[in-house]
Order: sequence, then structure tokens, then C-alpha cells
Amino acid sequence: MAQALTRCGDFKTSYRADTTIFPSARSRAFALVGVALLIAAPLQIGGFSVLSDYWITLLIQIGYLAIAALGLNVLVGFTGQISLGHSAFFGFGAFASAYLNNTYGVPVFFSIPLAALWTTAVGLIVGIPAGRIKGLYLAIATLASQFILQDFFARADWFTGGSSGSLAAPFAVFGYQISGDRQYFYVVLAYLVVMYLLAANLMRSRDGRALVAVRDHYLSAEVMGVNLTKYRVLSFGISSFFAGIGGALYAHYLQYVSVEAFDILLSIQFLGMVIIGGLGSIMGSLLGTIFMVLLPEAMSWAVNILRATDWGNVPSIVNGLAFLKQAAIGLAIVLFLIFEPDGLAHRWRQIKAYWKLYPFSY
Amino acid sequence: MNVELLLQLVVNGLILGTLYGVVAMCFTLIYKASQVVNFAQGEFLLIGAWVCWWLLTEFQLPFYAGFLLTLVFMMVFGIVLQVLVLRPMIGEPVISVIMVTIGLSIFFQAIMKWLFGVFTQPFPPIFPIRSVDIFGLNVQPAYLMSMVISLLIMAGFAWFFKYSRLGLAMRATAFNQQVAQSLGISVKQMFAVSWAISAMVSALAGVVFGIVNGVSPALSFFGIKVFPAVILGGLDSIVGAVVGGLIIGVLENLAEYVDGQWLNLGNLYAIAPFYALVLILMIKPYGLFGTEKIERL
Repeated sequence: MAQALTRCGDFKTSYRADTTIFPSARSRAFALVGVALLIAAPLQIGGFSVLSDYWITLLIQIGYLAIAALGLNVLVGFTGQISLGHSAFFGFGAFASAYLNNTYGVPVFFSIPLAALWTTAVGLIVGIPAGRIKGLYLAIATLASQFILQDFFARADWFTGGSSGSLAAPFAVFGYQISGDRQYFYVVLAYLVVMYLLAANLMRSRDGRALVAVRDHYLSAEVMGVNLTKYRVLSFGISSFFAGIGGALYAHYLQYVSVEAFDILLSIQFLGMVIIGGLGSIMGSLLGTIFMVLLPEAMSWAVNILRATDWGNVPSIVNGLAFLKQAAIGLAIVLFLIFEPDGLAHRWRQIKAYWKLYPFSY
Repeated sequence: MNVELLLQLVVNGLILGTLYGVVAMCFTLIYKASQVVNFAQGEFLLIGAWVCWWLLTEFQLPFYAGFLLTLVFMMVFGIVLQVLVLRPMIGEPVISVIMVTIGLSIFFQAIMKWLFGVFTQPFPPIFPIRSVDIFGLNVQPAYLMSMVISLLIMAGFAWFFKYSRLGLAMRATAFNQQVAQSLGISVKQMFAVSWAISAMVSALAGVVFGIVNGVSPALSFFGIKVFPAVILGGLDSIVGAVVGGLIIGVLENLAEYVDGQWLNLGNLYAIAPFYALVLILMIKPYGLFGTEKIERL
């Protein structure tokens, strides 16, 4: 993993300084400014709103998907295991939170983390084969778990409401009812920041380094005292915790969870986010999610613009847009893997390096 | 106990199982030759069946002509896919290669839906009779044909890999790429050939299945059903693929029988192979005939 380039003369004199989340004071300031801008995003002053409702929904969508994608990146990018069943965990978190709230009256504020813990338990069980198998065998095992969990969702009426789905209450903090997307945006933002800091800190700890060691050379890792089975299964647990949080946020945002939403295509989309963003990059998960959410939207915009002109109004494109969007996702994954396997995070580092070293690029 | 139903289901399972076996064989062929796990195998069936259907309905070609054209198309398609997409991926980690084929699979699925719609389209009738009576069991002639064709393909594969020069070269490549290359075998060519054969034979299976059940996007599910079969048989064993396919085909139908007679859970038919898959992976990850990789320090 290439470190971000630092300026000449910027030396680290302690390990502590070398393992900070942000490599320099400036990058930390940038991140803070970014969060501050996001806090301002849903504000409405008088009749003027900073962002339209449409953009707020997109940002919320990016938020909860990015949390789940980050979890998958811990599993795929940092531990080097592949999971084709991530959307099932995402769905499990959504159903679990709704179930805890509806059946036991757990307040939504607590049901989200509780649902995530429940999802973690499921993830640990599903991850048990990972102690024995790896690589493509694991991919196939997780594919099977995706179908088994999906079948379970359709079957378990007590848990998911079966084919009619289940309703989820809106978010509330100690009696204060959150209403509308603009207020819910802050909930998602808070979770996003906390989860990303959590993941970044995890990667600085012994456990995080153990996960990376398992990815880079598992035999050496085992020789050095890393318990392979433990960390392989644990990374499934961690990734499903993130997926559970993301799924629970999704449930209380839409306030309705349907059984059909969590199919293999969503799992593939999660993998696409991680790969397009950059395997083994925390920021990459966010970048990849933004790409994956905006790509279909951008296609809709393009088609809408083209429809105004007379040669753009082709019925096969306008009516088949849903299929074209899906095709674009597949194509994006293939093209990124061929031409930019390190993802958007790598591209971003290169852009940064260009400007830091300007005008002498060597 | 309903013996007649059970027998009918077992026969159905065997017939479907031979189709699974054929697809599994194609999957194994690619895996053996180029170490690529092809998640887009089901789309080969889908594309083959749609192209054949399109040639038969749009141009009113006779079946054999349309079928031959489909095979030619699939051969070119397989080679182009290998050269354009899979060749740059040589030497990349397993995850990347898996993801490329998954990306291809959803890409082709979407494109096929876009071109041909999501509804099941029946093939123009090819056999005059609807069903044949064999020992009191109803068997559709297309199924019989599929069984015969599948067995022919299997025999053809056996001959191809045992006696033909190309087949021997492919086996050498699968055994050790460097040695094969030093013996004057073009490894790149072998990769392309394996993809071409796999695409052609898969398309054949797709057409056969399409004749019986109509062509629909659901055909691509074959590509996923094939995993239990190949894992059971061992990922790199062609014989294993056939045996695995047969077992999974029968297992599916037995699950339906058990479900229909006693359990009444519904949908056990679709999900039973995946439970079997997880069990096999836990107990015997290298399958019945696969080579076990032993790691030593």
C-alpha cells in the first residue's frame, strides 16, 4: 500500500506520528472542512436550501451504502477474502433493527447498534468455513450463504414479514422524533464519520495489522503468531457489523424493508464499490460508493438531456434504461479491473502527487 | 409414498443432471486450462439460446442452420472475450479475476434483457410430438435429445482430450504452463481455444434447455447452479463435473419430492443444492475427484 506522498522535509520522528489517521495537518483540516460542508448541506434558510431534496436523498443513500462498503473493504481489501454475500448481511441488519423495534419495543436509537451486533453474530457463523477454505472456494461458499440467507428472509415470516415485508419506525433520539430526510441526513452523517474513524483506527491496531498480514502472506502471518482461523472469521464478523449498521440505517430511512431488495446484484454492487474505490483503502470505499450511486443517476441525467433533442429520444434507450444502468455497473467493474485495478483511491493519490511535485514530477 | 412420481422425478433429475454436467464440464475446462473461475458461464447459455432463438424466429432459418450459426458465433464470442478481457488479467490476484467474470456476467445479463426483454419466449417447435412414453414415464423428446447430445459431448470430450493433438496440448497446458510453452505449445492459443469450446458447448446446452422450457433470463441461473456440481466433483476434474452434475440434478428433484410429500416448506428445490454445497465445502473442499492442494512450509 503506497503511502501518500509527503512534502520534502516532512519527517516523522516517532511511530506515533507515523501511524496517525491523517498523514499531515493539512489533510486533517481538509477532512474537517469536508464534514463541515456536509453539515451545512441540508440547511434551509428561509426559502433557500443549500441542496435540493433530490441531492439529500442521494447523499443519504451514499452514506448508508458507504458504511456497508467499508465493511466489505475490511474483508476483501484488508484481509484478502472475497464475499459474494454482503447484501444478505446488509439485509439482515435492516430486518433485525426493524424486528427489535417492532417486537420488543427497543428504541430505534439502540436497535441500530443492537441489530449490527446481531448481524455480527450471523456473520461469524457464516464466516466459519473461512477458517478452512479461501480464495475462490470461499467465494463460492459465500455465494451459497447469500442464497440461503435470501431464502431465509423469504421464509421467516416472524422475522421479516415474509413477502409483505416489514415496517420500520422512523429514527428518534430520546423522545425527539426525527422527521424528514434533512434531519435524517445528520443521523447518517454521524454514523458515517464514526464508522470511518472506527475502521481507520482498527487498521492502526494490532488486530488491523494482523488482518493485513493474513492478506499479504498468510503462512508468514501464522508463523509470526497470528491466529489465522481467528482473524479470518473475525474479519467476517467485522464486515457484517458494518453491513448491519448500514442496513439498519437503510431500514429506518425507507421505513419499509422488502425481502426482494437484498439480492445477489446488490452484493455484486458492493464488491464493485470496493474495487472501483480501491481495495484496502478506507477513503476508497467512500469514493467507490459515490461512483456507484452516481453512475446510474448520471445516465438518467444524460438520457433526460438527450430526450430534449430529437435524435436522443430512442425508445429502446429510454425504456431500457434500467437494464442499461445494470450493464453500466458490470462494464465499470470490468473496465476498472483492466485499466485501474487499484481504484479511484490510487488515481486520487496520483493527482495529489502531481500537484505536490509540480512542476518537477520526478 | 408415490413411487411413480418419485421415479419420474429421478428421471427428470438425471436428464437435467446431464445438462448440469455438460455446463459443469465447460466450467471445469476453463478453470483447468486458464485458472479462471468463470462466473459468467450461465450467460454463455443465455447468449447462445437467445442468438439461436433470434436466428430461428427473425430469419426463419431451419433449425440446423441457425444452430450451426449460433455455434460459430459463440466460438468467435468466446475467443474475443478471452483476448479482450481475460488476457489482461493473467497474473492478477484471484479476487480480481473472479470479479471480472462477475462483472461480465451482470453486463451480459443486462444487455440480453435489454435486447430481448424479460419474458419467456418459446422456441419454434422442432419435434412433432410432445412427449415420448418410456416404461410408462413421460419424457419430452427434447429432453431425450438433450440426454443424447450431452452423452455425445461427453464422449467427444473424452476422445478429444485423449487422442487429438489439440486436446493433448490443452492437457499439457493445464498440467504445467511453462513446460507446455517450452514444448512449443502456444499457451495463449490454448486459453482462447478453451474459452471457445466452453462457450460453444454451453450455448448448445442453452439451446437444448431453451427448446424445452423456452428462453428467458432465468437461463443464466445455470451458471450459479453449476457451482454445487463442480465443487462436489472437484473443481479441476472433468469426470467429477459430470458426476457432480448428475448428483445435483437428482438431489434437486429428490428435495422437491421430500418437500412435496412431507415437509411442505416450498422452494426447497431451489435451495437444497446450496446447503449441499456448504456441507461439501466444510467436509471435503476438494470434492470427490479434485486434486488436493497440500501446503507445506
